[in-house]
Amino acid sequence: MRQALAVARKDLLIEWRSRLLLVRVAPFALLVLVLFAVALDSEPLILRAAAGLVWLAMLFASLLVVQRSYAVETDDAAIDVLLTGAGEPGRVFLGKLLAAFVQLLVLAALLVVGAVVLYGAAVSGSRVVLLVTTMVTASLGLSGIGTLYGAAVANMTGKDSLLPLLAMPAAAPLLIAASRATEAAFGSQTIDTTAGWTWVALLAVFAVVFVSAGAAAFGTLVEADS
Amino acid sequence: MTTAVAETDAAAGTGTAATRVIGVAALVVVAFVAVSALLLTPADAVQGDSVRIMYVHVPTAWVAYLAFVVTAVTSGISVARRHRTLGFDRVAGASAEVGVLFMAMTLVTGSLWGRLTWGTFWQWDPRLTTTLFLFVTYVGYLAVRNIDTDPQRRARRSAVLALLAVLEIPLVHFSVVLWRSLHQEASVLNLDGDVRLDDLMLFTLFAGVVGFTLVYAWLVMHRQRLAALGDAQGTVGLDAAIAARRAEASSVPTGVAARTKGA
Amino acid sequence: MQAVTTNGTAVQLDGVVVVLGGYPALAGASVAVRAGELVALRGANGSGKSTLLRACAGLVPVARGTVRVLGVHDDRTALRRHVGLLGHKNGLYADLTARENVQFTARLVGAGATDVDDALRRLGIDARVAATRAGSLSAGQRRRTALASLVVRRARVWLLDEPHAGLDAASRDELDSILAAATRAGATVIFTTHEIETRGAAVPRTVTLAGGVVVSDEPAAASTGGAR
Repeated sequence: MRQALAVARKDLLIEWRSRLLLVRVAPFALLVLVLFAVALDSEPLILRAAAGLVWLAMLFASLLVVQRSYAVETDDAAIDVLLTGAGEPGRVFLGKLLAAFVQLLVLAALLVVGAVVLYGAAVSGSRVVLLVTTMVTASLGLSGIGTLYGAAVANMTGKDSLLPLLAMPAAAPLLIAASRATEAAFGSQTIDTTAGWTWVALLAVFAVVFVSAGAAAFGTLVEADS
Repeated sequence: MTTAVAETDAAAGTGTAATRVIGVAALVVVAFVAVSALLLTPADAVQGDSVRIMYVHVPTAWVAYLAFVVTAVTSGISVARRHRTLGFDRVAGASAEVGVLFMAMTLVTGSLWGRLTWGTFWQWDPRLTTTLFLFVTYVGYLAVRNIDTDPQRRARRSAVLALLAVLEIPLVHFSVVLWRSLHQEASVLNLDGDVRLDDLMLFTLFAGVVGFTLVYAWLVMHRQRLAALGDAQGTVGLDAAIAARRAEASSVPTGVAARTKGA
Repeated sequence: MQAVTTNGTAVQLDGVVVVLGGYPALAGASVAVRAGELVALRGANGSGKSTLLRACAGLVPVARGTVRVLGVHDDRTALRRHVGLLGHKNGLYADLTARENVQFTARLVGAGATDVDDALRRLGIDARVAATRAGSLSAGQRRRTALASLVVRRARVWLLDEPHAGLDAASRDELDSILAAATRAGATVIFTTHEIETRGAAVPRTVTLAGGVVVSDEPAAASTGGAR
């Protein structure tokens, strides 16, 4: 566990130093929100779609976060040192997942604020709890999917185009669940908060599945590289 | 690997007695199904002749999911065993390739059927949507398989991806079902749910399933043998490459070794 | 835990074939290294030195033959735990300082702050360099930082790929004394090099690779006391 925290701390320290999240990924994510508004060109429509668009933007941004997470390992072959030093590969996975989770949670918060400001979405009272829980579980699941498939393609040629192809079908149900739960939090007509919590339960299942599957599979995936 | 090579024809084809029998059987059954589906069975009261697509759509859907299960199971075995797993990995890959083909056919026939029946090419019903996601997942799986050059590495990496897909598909299906239930469409969109099947139709459907499964088996056997030949060729090539590599040693100037001996 | 075999062999390769990208980088290499031994691996570029090191580190799949490190041979994950690798690349994180890079390795293995300071000092990394981003350091400084990480790692088997390259004479001497100290402490050290520097110091056991196989294996020679 100590090793997982060491890896997470290292990843977050790198992020803090390079401020890639702040300077590149966050602006990109917000830009995506703006582009949606421009493309759809209808304020009522945008408001109805706000929840889905937030998570769509999160999906794209998560790809960038994950790609960066593995780029620092493969640039100077640091992954070799990591593998020979860290004992169980599963701990390396958990560490990278934790770091990705923190970054994605920050992004999620940013995007929700963006939706409130740009799209006119509103959250109040008890729905805030639903919203925060959604953000936490969905970010965890998304980190799991990204860190896992990122490992699968880390050393392959064409990895930048492979990652979306592999991660998106896996993330699609997460997108569905997160969007519906957030819709409930934003107070849509079709979904009430009870249904919202059902979706959150589904998100929790995703998170558990991908975190455990990832920890188990990481060793094999990374070992697959030479 | 050598066994696989020995089993095939001297002419280095991938056919054997087994594939010939299966091939003939498949041909016969599919021919019967074609005749029966197009000529012998009655049209549906509601859908008319467009119901005949069912005889292709349902069997291909069945085979697509069968292929998926086979890939998953052989991948699981491939991961669980430490040695001699390449045979299972080849079957997993072959099954995935054929499965993707059948999945594409399922989606196309489903889409056409929908077009003929309701006038739209696509409906977001759970079965069609889940099949679409499964299709994309397998395209990704095959993309990864194609890049790996080393058979061992390819076996390991794709086995993990296949097993992950097994986990994902129930999640996808459940999410989509839950999602579409919001729109209260679940019962309306069952293409084959509304069709009343008489005995001949049922039999034709059943024969279709059998026939298409035979075609699947035939394709997988050939494809798997092709992969085995390819890997065997890689091994033969390896021995030659090793010999060539060692030959480099004799071309190293002995002056290098001599230089360090002195003071 | 079974550490070494009864005859004290720490690293053993038997007819190892490693295929990388379809090409047999190692074509049947065999060598046995005892615990606490210092071995220099020589060979021309492309002879398979780096691959042999990576095979010992459990980082490449072995197509034929066996690699046995401290008794472990069929589980590459378990094998890696005993090993400290300094590869062709340095394995540093460009955005972290030299000190932070070494600290990360220390945290992974449970070493303390004093170990980090000690390692940095021994490799001649002063406070200013230690506080500089690894990406901004010179090649020699990066090499020394990577070596400091290896020192802190305190592995039982040290594998270094051309560690002397890019270091000045004083640093090379320091490196040699570090390697010697490691072997005295019981670690097994294998490093690759293009040349054997004879500076009056003892010449280690020298294994020469060519064409992916071991072609000569000369035992360690005592100090010659002579010039280059």
